[in-house]
Amino acid sequence: MKVVNVVHPSVDGKGLMMGRPGYTDDFSERDSLIVMVIRSPHAFARIKKIATDKAKALPGVELVLTHHDFPRKPFSRAGQGYPEPSPHDKFVLDEYVRYIGDEVCCVAAKTKSICEQAIDLIDVEYEVLEPILDFEQAIGNKNVIHPEPEIHEMFPIGFDPKKNIAASYSMEVGDIEAELKKCDVVIDNHFYTQAQAHVMLEPHAVNCRIDYQNRLVIYSSTQTPFHIRRIISQALDIPMAKIRVIKPRVGGGFGGKQAIHGEMFTSYVTWKTKKPSKMVFSRKEVFESTYTRHPMRIRMRLGATNDGTLKAIDCQVLSDTGAYGEHALTVFMVTGSKVLPLYNKVEAVRFTGQVAYTNHTPAGAFRGYGAIQGNFALESSIDMLATKLAMDPVALRQKNMMLEGETSPIFAIMGEGTAGTAMTMDSCKLDYCLKRGLELVDWKHKYPRYDETDTSVKAVGMAIAMQGSGIPYIDMGAATIKLNDNGFYNLLVGATEIGQGSDTVLAQIAAEELMTDLKNVIIYSSDTDLTPFDVGAYASSTTYVSGNAVLRAAKKLKTQMIEAAASFLETEPGLVEFDGVTFKTKNNNKELTLEDFSNKITYNDNQEQLQATSSYVGHKSPPPFMAGLVDIEIDKETGEFHVLDYVSVVDCGTTINPKLAQGQVEGAIVQGLGMAMYENVYVSSKGKLVTSDLLNYKVPTRKEITKLTTEFADSYEDSGPFGAKSVGEVGIDTPPAAIANAVFNALEVRIKSLPVTPEKIYEVLRDRRMDK
Amino acid sequence: MKISMMINNDIRQLEVDINEYLVDTLRNAGLLSVRRGCDTTSCGVCTVLLDGKPVPSCSVLTVTANNHSVTTIEGIQEEADKLSDFFGHEGADQCGFCNPALALTVYALKHELTNPTAAEIKHYLAGNLCRCTGYVAQERAICKYLGVES
Repeated sequence: MKVVNVVHPSVDGKGLMMGRPGYTDDFSERDSLIVMVIRSPHAFARIKKIATDKAKALPGVELVLTHHDFPRKPFSRAGQGYPEPSPHDKFVLDEYVRYIGDEVCCVAAKTKSICEQAIDLIDVEYEVLEPILDFEQAIGNKNVIHPEPEIHEMFPIGFDPKKNIAASYSMEVGDIEAELKKCDVVIDNHFYTQAQAHVMLEPHAVNCRIDYQNRLVIYSSTQTPFHIRRIISQALDIPMAKIRVIKPRVGGGFGGKQAIHGEMFTSYVTWKTKKPSKMVFSRKEVFESTYTRHPMRIRMRLGATNDGTLKAIDCQVLSDTGAYGEHALTVFMVTGSKVLPLYNKVEAVRFTGQVAYTNHTPAGAFRGYGAIQGNFALESSIDMLATKLAMDPVALRQKNMMLEGETSPIFAIMGEGTAGTAMTMDSCKLDYCLKRGLELVDWKHKYPRYDETDTSVKAVGMAIAMQGSGIPYIDMGAATIKLNDNGFYNLLVGATEIGQGSDTVLAQIAAEELMTDLKNVIIYSSDTDLTPFDVGAYASSTTYVSGNAVLRAAKKLKTQMIEAAASFLETEPGLVEFDGVTFKTKNNNKELTLEDFSNKITYNDNQEQLQATSSYVGHKSPPPFMAGLVDIEIDKETGEFHVLDYVSVVDCGTTINPKLAQGQVEGAIVQGLGMAMYENVYVSSKGKLVTSDLLNYKVPTRKEITKLTTEFADSYEDSGPFGAKSVGEVGIDTPPAAIANAVFNALEVRIKSLPVTPEKIYEVLRDRRMDK
Repeated sequence: MKISMMINNDIRQLEVDINEYLVDTLRNAGLLSVRRGCDTTSCGVCTVLLDGKPVPSCSVLTVTANNHSVTTIEGIQEEADKLSDFFGHEGADQCGFCNPALALTVYALKHELTNPTAAEIKHYLAGNLCRCTGYVAQERAICKYLGVES
């Protein structure tokens, strides 16, 4: 391996640091109409009347759109494969508004200030309805959030809107109740996880124009350009062939851009007026009116025998999808499907639950996608079980966890709204990850706590995790590679670079197979007119699924090149050897450089454009695995703590670009620490978002992050490109449980709701002192 | 109103609104490396140098920059080029949205602090948020660029 498993600078890093234009708003037309949205001040209301005459009469106002302007056609904004496993429960604009921030009315005007004046001139009369703000009270509530008759599921997902249920699911292997009864020890706990905000630094942005072929061109900061083309066509009745979606550079996504948020408005405005338009979300709009992570209540029951053999896992989930059911089913299912197989030797396992509608900001895709929630509950429970068994929590894991060559029945049962895919773990170095992690954090000397003084103590805690690599039999990625004169290549991929480094990694895969330097592979990604299809950047799929497509395309092109070169060299293809630079014959001692070959085939002899397109759809989803171990220092009186080091040892197969893989893990760890320690979307009793800016919603700054120790296991996944699995999400899963376990190891305080704040710890310590 | 500003060593006469923020003025003037991230002076993405000192351009009224000098990444291309090599080798580039602002802040730090420690560097850069990298790769790169032990 010369190009993969080698550190290469990102192909776009230098240009972006030097300030070259690249992001969505950099491509907006200067005279774009500004599109703004009036958003609901009520958590739940019916719009009785919208008076728009005064606004429409204001010079400079082009369009004022209300629900009367759109057909009653429900759709889903979720950027997922089609048909979506999310209910079609959203209208572009509706008579009902279902959360504070929901879209009421849309204004397009020549300038931002005219837009703002127009918004002031619009009178909306609401019939305020009683909202549901407690997701534990939503199901079966007399207030129904989606009473409209047109909404529907695309296939059975347990959708029951009359009961405020967006999705539900249940599965059981063995007899869970009978198995729990037989166990020597059973623990039964409820865990709560909070809504988290993505806080990608580039706010959502979109702009549109009509091109010289009278087609709608959408520039969007998105993770799913091809899904946008389909959703916009369906929602607005614009022929799909009339739409081109271009994804420029994206300033972070984390799942928050795996949906459409402004695209339907600018597309409609531009299609209607034929004038360019744009929308750039304010940070408040991003917080209030895009997505959060699904909050969940998880009841986790574990049963074991006295020798530490785990016999049964029962996981019951209630998830809060907010006002719309985007990603409702699939996030909830991942809470089981990418968590529970960690302990695969149980006699019985059950996963069951429901996803409730509430009048909160909709929840959607977010890195970890349900697994981080499930991991917190399961990995906290494992430590609690170890305590009850008086057993070392590491030994308990080692006795029961997934090993290479093993499987879990869950893989075959649980898929993305459909049945899953059976698979064995052909690559699983979880045992190594754990062992190495223990060494790196010096568990032997530090567990459970160390360096205790009168006021503070240090402690360690850990968790293990898994994720997936794409969605088998559903998500497809494709790539085209063409050879140019002068012997360099273009690589065209539908795959969506959003900052994770996929352009670099995919170009490395192509370069490795074509045995050329990375600089000879020019990558262009995500343009629905120019690149082949790809579902987009989600489900940890790009390196594995899109990477396999790139590898196949490179192989195909190489075969074509050798065939054509053989003809120039007057021999059989089987007698030609190609080393990336020169074609050499084995029989007649002839050779031809790639440069000469490419020039010849372009200009002089049997001229032909050599290019190859290949696609890939997974037949399995090989999980990456990891062990996460945290070392903290905590104040014994106040519960205030900080992280001294976070050790991650990850099995993601071959790291195509080791430094970029490390960046994925470390970025995810820090985002996971935010969720574990303080990030919390806070809503008032009226449903108003309090954390609507970065002054009130705190993400980790560099001052909180002192040390991260990250290593990779030596691992090779046969089905992956050059042995690679995914690495984008797995890093976020362990921090909540590892932190909660470390806090317990320090003070014997068990926090079962996220975030694990000093306040919660302090309350337990205070009660304990008062009891004394 | 009409104002005069030195932008990247180029004297520019600009017609601006009295309530216009510097981030918008600069973007309108074609300096697209200057970006809005949060509106509350919290994220550092909009950082430019005003008379050599880093400021959040989303919260500076353009009129207050009348007769002052503004530097954006377009004005320190050579330094950005050098710094980006260190970022590349440490794998510190991800989405890149905040990188011009971070590079400008590093440039200001280099001129303001003599022989900074890694801790001082961290403190100086604390206002530049990054949601992608987890910070440590950035700091390894910046320390190497500045010749400081990390």
